[in-house]
Amino acid sequence: MRLEVHKLCAFCGRAQILFDVSLKLERGEVVALLGRNGAGKSTTLKSIVGLVEQRSGRVVLDGRDITYAPTAQIARAGLGYVPEDRRIFTELTVAENLLVGRQPPRSGAPAWTEKSLFHLFPNLAELSDRPAGEISGGEQQMLTIARTLMGNPAALMLDEPSEGLAPLIVEQLGKAILTLKQQGLSILLSEQNLHLARAIGDRVSIIEKGRIRFEGTMAEFGSDQTISRTFLAV
Amino acid sequence: MAFVVIQFLNGLASAADLFLVSAGLSIIFGVTRIVNFAHGSFYMLGAYLAFTLVEGVFGPAFGFWPGIVAAAIAVAVLGGLLEVTLLRRIYQAPELFQLLATFGVVLIVQDLVLLVWGPEDRIGPRAPGLEGAVSLLGHQFPRYDLFLIALGPIVLGALFLLFRRTRWGILVRAATQDREMAAALGVNERWLFTSVFVLGAFLAGLGGAVQLPREAVHHTMDLEIIVEAFVVVVIGGLGSVTGAFLASIILAELNAFGIVIFPEVTLVLVFLVMAVVLVIRPTGLLGRPEFAIRAASGVAEPPITPQSEAARNWVFAGVLGLAVLPVVADAYVLSVATEIMIFVLFAISLQFLMGISGMVSFGHAASFGLGAYGAALMIKHAGAPMELAFLAGIGLAALGALVIGWFCVRLSGVYLAMLTLAFAQIAWSVAFQWYGVTGGDNGILGVWPAAWAASPIVFFYLTLAVTTLALVILRRIIFAPFGFGLRACRDSVLRAEAIGIDRRQVQWFGFAVAGAFAGVAGTLYAFLKGSVFPDVLAVPVSVDGLVMVLLGGIQRLNGPIVGALVYKLLQIVLASYTDYWRLVIGVIIIGLVVAFPQGIVGFFGTRLDTLLMQRRNNS
Ligand SMILES: Nc1ncnc2c1ncn2[C@@H]1O[C@H](COP(=O)(O)OP(=O)(O)O)[C@@H](O)[C@H]1O
Ligand SMILES: [Mg+2]
Repeated sequence: MRLEVHKLCAFCGRAQILFDVSLKLERGEVVALLGRNGAGKSTTLKSIVGLVEQRSGRVVLDGRDITYAPTAQIARAGLGYVPEDRRIFTELTVAENLLVGRQPPRSGAPAWTEKSLFHLFPNLAELSDRPAGEISGGEQQMLTIARTLMGNPAALMLDEPSEGLAPLIVEQLGKAILTLKQQGLSILLSEQNLHLARAIGDRVSIIEKGRIRFEGTMAEFGSDQTISRTFLAV
Repeated sequence: MAFVVIQFLNGLASAADLFLVSAGLSIIFGVTRIVNFAHGSFYMLGAYLAFTLVEGVFGPAFGFWPGIVAAAIAVAVLGGLLEVTLLRRIYQAPELFQLLATFGVVLIVQDLVLLVWGPEDRIGPRAPGLEGAVSLLGHQFPRYDLFLIALGPIVLGALFLLFRRTRWGILVRAATQDREMAAALGVNERWLFTSVFVLGAFLAGLGGAVQLPREAVHHTMDLEIIVEAFVVVVIGGLGSVTGAFLASIILAELNAFGIVIFPEVTLVLVFLVMAVVLVIRPTGLLGRPEFAIRAASGVAEPPITPQSEAARNWVFAGVLGLAVLPVVADAYVLSVATEIMIFVLFAISLQFLMGISGMVSFGHAASFGLGAYGAALMIKHAGAPMELAFLAGIGLAALGALVIGWFCVRLSGVYLAMLTLAFAQIAWSVAFQWYGVTGGDNGILGVWPAAWAASPIVFFYLTLAVTTLALVILRRIIFAPFGFGLRACRDSVLRAEAIGIDRRQVQWFGFAVAGAFAGVAGTLYAFLKGSVFPDVLAVPVSVDGLVMVLLGGIQRLNGPIVGALVYKLLQIVLASYTDYWRLVIGVIIIGLVVAFPQGIVGFFGTRLDTLLMQRRNNS
């Protein structure tokens, strides 16, 4: 699935948060959206799925303009969104959380079942009947991804999936995301964790203060130390 | 002992319809975040439709049980239609406007019911197969009540299965917790909202219908039940069906035992229980973290500013214009103008509470009415002169606001709003029931101004002077440090507390100030009318205030003035043309909410601001 973002602006009240953000995500590609805390990564992803009310610009999914489509329709069109704060339904069980995400299979995207997801995230299998509010942070992160995958998306946006997780868990997570990539999913990965981004990203976009400041391949990004020093170092 | 058991069963039976209504209210609120005032209307329609269908008033009789079910289904369909035709248009509007729209529906239904069924009480038939009584512990207990006792748990069980075992139910629970996230997972909100509304309306309709053999159907049952349901929902916790079940039983039992043991203090008991629950658990017995009421949409509101030169001149011109009014106007016009000024004052005080202090009140009538009663009681029981009675009115209103406020500042958002409504209703009940002191619904007569202020012209000037003075004082307060403190608490409790503001203290005083000024309005009103009735404390007065403030634009300094003027004038004019003015007003309110979600002044004001800015840029 192809995602194209053209000159996206977003506002919060009178404050402008995003300034003409443009991004491209080709089929089967992983684009890492990097930026410091507060740079505008989450706002970008939220604006794409229509969770930021005041916005302008154009968002095109496989040739279809979805800029002002209702959030649910965007999801049903095959664009999965995994929010940064996980937003697990804590009052529902793990299995019920997955059920909420369930959508009919779609052609051109891997079809997931609860069972195949438990295979991808083995930890979740035993937790299936537990209230989701009671499982650990890492498990919640797995669950939020699994829940979105239940919708059989063709493209996936992940917002800082590694945030607050132990290195071991991050590694597990990286493996799972790689699997998804191998299955042909297009992935837009917002991250501060360069390690994870390097491991799975094909291309890099860097955002700073609501503006895209760099776009290039992972190799170009890696070869020029000044880029990450200028825009990412704290 | 047997008596206690029987009384307990009585309580359980009367909890049934309360539970059905509250559960529906709670479920609808959970998903759509709409405080559906019209839920009481669904209940009333359920009762009237059941009566009609069972008795075959307009067509073939359905028979009892089919009639009950058909009535509930009909109400469910109406609820669905309401959602699709009206609410769907205003989900993006601020919550308070949605509330206003649902209140518009209440007004419309009230008049439609009067049009179709007339004002008489309607007595329904007994339920076939459940007539008569059974002998229980030596007492006679109505068979039908046994059915009602069973109905509550049956519905609770059915809802439990619905929410745990069906995908629909799981989606509803998910959307109740996080609507945006559910949408981001592809859950179709539209369909979910409509179906939730249908279910809620069905429950309310059923609640009204099953009351048929127990109580006469009458045209004020909508507001009676909605207020009780608010209390239930506040005690049980918003969004929790089990909480609604527990709370409706608690409330019904308090009533059942209160009435036989100490009828005079039943209400106080209910109120005490609610207060204790809320102080210990601010989100109710089984509620989740509180739901904020957003006064505005997600868009940050422009901060309230000292008014522009132009606006000040307008107000000044208005006062001047009023000052010369007696030259041209007759006594009737003067009394209308006086009444409108009183409501301007009332609206200003409510705007101070909502817009400046950030506390939404559904029960501002409490302060207005306490002001009126304070003055009237002083005259009736102490034979005091007007001036003293005036002070007594303000004092009682301020005192009442201090008491109510003490509880309210411990809450926020919807809970706070519902609590204010409950307090106002308690005040109303006290005035209504305490015959010895308040005269009940005979009211207190002979509340006339002192001789020097008795002429309509003098009283008009008195009202003008008091209202203008109050306006000036409130504006001073808004832009004084205390006002800044209030607004700081409104905008961010955390930040306000971080800079050393004692939030509760500041808001408590804010509540009292608003109450005192509403009391001033109430006192003037008592003297204008020469009498006081429990109506001054009733829900419609609170809602009138809300309509005025919201019409005017909650963050506009002069909003309440325009809102009160437009709305009160409309009400007075309409009432002189038609008996069904509620219907017309309801339609107008809904039309205004759909057309101007920012309020009248907000709408035109924003346009005006833009225009002025352009002109300035051009020059
Ligand atoms: N609701 C909001 N109100 C005001 N400012 C906001 C809001 N949401 C985000 N911002 C601001 O927008 C900027 C971008 O935030 P965000 O997109 O969350 O950044 P990131 O995800 O890269 O850390 C931040 O500076 C933040 O302060
Ligand atoms: Mg972020």
